[in-house]
Amino acid sequence: MYVAVKGGERAIEAAHAFLAEERRGDTSIAELSVAQIREQLKLAVNRVMAEGSLYDPDLAALAIKQARGDLIEAVFLIRAYRTTLPRFGASHPIETDDMAAIRRISATFKDIPGGQVLGPTFDYTHRLLDFKLAAEGDVPEAPQATPSGDALPHVTALLGQDGLIEASPDSGAEPPDLTRNPLELPAERALRLQALTRGDEGFILSLAYSTQRGYGRTHAFVGELRIGMVDVAFDMPELGLTISIGEVEVSECESVNQFKGSKTEPPQFTRGYGLVFGQSERKAISMSLVDRALRWQELGEDNSGAPAQDAEFVLWHADNVQATGFLEHIKLPHYVDFQAELELIRKLRREAGADTLQEAAE
Amino acid sequence: MSDYNFAYLDEDTKRMIRRALLKAVAIPGYQVPFASREMPMPYGWGTGGVQVTAACLVPEDVLKVIDQGSDDTTNAVSIRKFFVKTSGVAVTETTTEATVIQTRHRIPEQALHEGQILVYQVPIPEPLRFLEPRETETRKMHELQEYGLMHVKLYEDIARHGTIATSYAYPVKVEGRYIMDPSPIPKFDNPKLGGNAALQLFGAGREQRIYAVPPYSDVVSLDFDDHPFVAGKAPHDCDLCGAADSYLDEVITDDQGTRMYVCSDTDFCATRRTAGHVGRLAAPYEVTP
Repeated sequence: MYVAVKGGERAIEAAHAFLAEERRGDTSIAELSVAQIREQLKLAVNRVMAEGSLYDPDLAALAIKQARGDLIEAVFLIRAYRTTLPRFGASHPIETDDMAAIRRISATFKDIPGGQVLGPTFDYTHRLLDFKLAAEGDVPEAPQATPSGDALPHVTALLGQDGLIEASPDSGAEPPDLTRNPLELPAERALRLQALTRGDEGFILSLAYSTQRGYGRTHAFVGELRIGMVDVAFDMPELGLTISIGEVEVSECESVNQFKGSKTEPPQFTRGYGLVFGQSERKAISMSLVDRALRWQELGEDNSGAPAQDAEFVLWHADNVQATGFLEHIKLPHYVDFQAELELIRKLRREAGADTLQEAAE
Repeated sequence: MSDYNFAYLDEDTKRMIRRALLKAVAIPGYQVPFASREMPMPYGWGTGGVQVTAACLVPEDVLKVIDQGSDDTTNAVSIRKFFVKTSGVAVTETTTEATVIQTRHRIPEQALHEGQILVYQVPIPEPLRFLEPRETETRKMHELQEYGLMHVKLYEDIARHGTIATSYAYPVKVEGRYIMDPSPIPKFDNPKLGGNAALQLFGAGREQRIYAVPPYSDVVSLDFDDHPFVAGKAPHDCDLCGAADSYLDEVITDDQGTRMYVCSDTDFCATRRTAGHVGRLAAPYEVTP
């Protein structure tokens, strides 16, 4: 007996209840707190803040909990919340020169003013599973050094003193915002950078990797990578002064790229830039490589047809909330369209005589 | 739900969308870029349609939401519930009673009347997209009315298959100017696009585009003189209400591949059955407990 499918509402409610139960898992195991996620899954929290475009570790941790650890789903939760928030204004640009850096390295110079600071990195860990962590493990206190208090000039600024790297003056123009205006092409560099910093880490990583393997090669060196806290300064019109409203952790990567010169530019090093919320250095480095690859036109380079050089391709496909939505929507009902396709295929088969051919074969 | 504004979106966002809608109505078939917002449902679930509906709704509205022609599919239920929660407007399943109808993949069988708004959810608004993937190129093609590529595609279909091998999202020309994607409705529905008394609005959230077909517009499905457009459907009557002229879903009812055909428009079907129409398989199942 056939009845038209009914009861969608009850099914949805039951599914949500089931989901909530699955999210919690075995109730004999202690529940994760948001603070635990924030403190102990910090890199996941950072990724959600970066791709969610909202600096709030507690909300990001909550989103990760709610999303059962699915980081793209967590990014989506943050984005949907972010879009409802009122805007009070724009801060001053952050000054990464003044960063309280926990990590700062250069791959281009052995020593630099302010020094190389390794910081909390996986780089030289041996990737051996630490079974002690499976039990609980108290962590021995890390040795402390006194902050040197030395200034940390950017390596690119040092190169700039000799005119060895392209100048990158502040145009003073207000940067565009793709969360407030539709993406229209061609996109200026500031808009491209916004799209990249919000973009999916995996996508940006693979694009950057492709440039290293020859698809739009940019000859990149990590001129400098620095991670730490920076002040956010905001003008208070009521008070007529600028105050610090807090600080955010960011990862900044400046790549230095060999450049033999073009029709319009002299031989010099060129820049790629990456700036990402939190300690997200893989993303920051990737971003700087893709940024550099996308600049082929303004530097008068050839377009080799590489994906990473194609701004339209990169910008329209970097957003994982958009990508996952459209990808996954094909699981929604499409039976009206499929019915239309069925009729078309039947008609084409009739006309091609396929049905008779099959009968003859049987 | 007092945490959010009426119909979820804040008034500034609504104003931005309404401006895009006005422009869209003024230039029928033209895709207006708009600053689509992240909605609390995923892209691909109808975020464009939801934003257009949210920008159109007033408290007096009566809303109907359908997906695949049905009020009861999960996503239609979910979107309807969203607006009940965020706007408190009255909802209905009856096409004639609704002032705003949000739809995915169908136009209701019941002819719409003046004052009604039909909001389509659109996945890919650009009819030329699968011929030319670049937005920068397709916008130029629209500007210059350079639609040769589309006609070549349709011609190649005929040369290869003897017929135009597009069964849904069949391209149309609006008011003799813009080629438009009517969203993935079956081509059976295409004749209802033109001369329709209702205002038809199209929202593509992820692609950040809005477009419109104002009431009584001229909408022509693309074809050739010697290969005229034919609106197709399964060659059957509805097995529940007996309608010979409605679009049908094909349902496989057993593991022998037995099929039955039922109206995809559930309100249309139910209305006919209430009026006493009986299809081939309906009678034995009409027993009420």
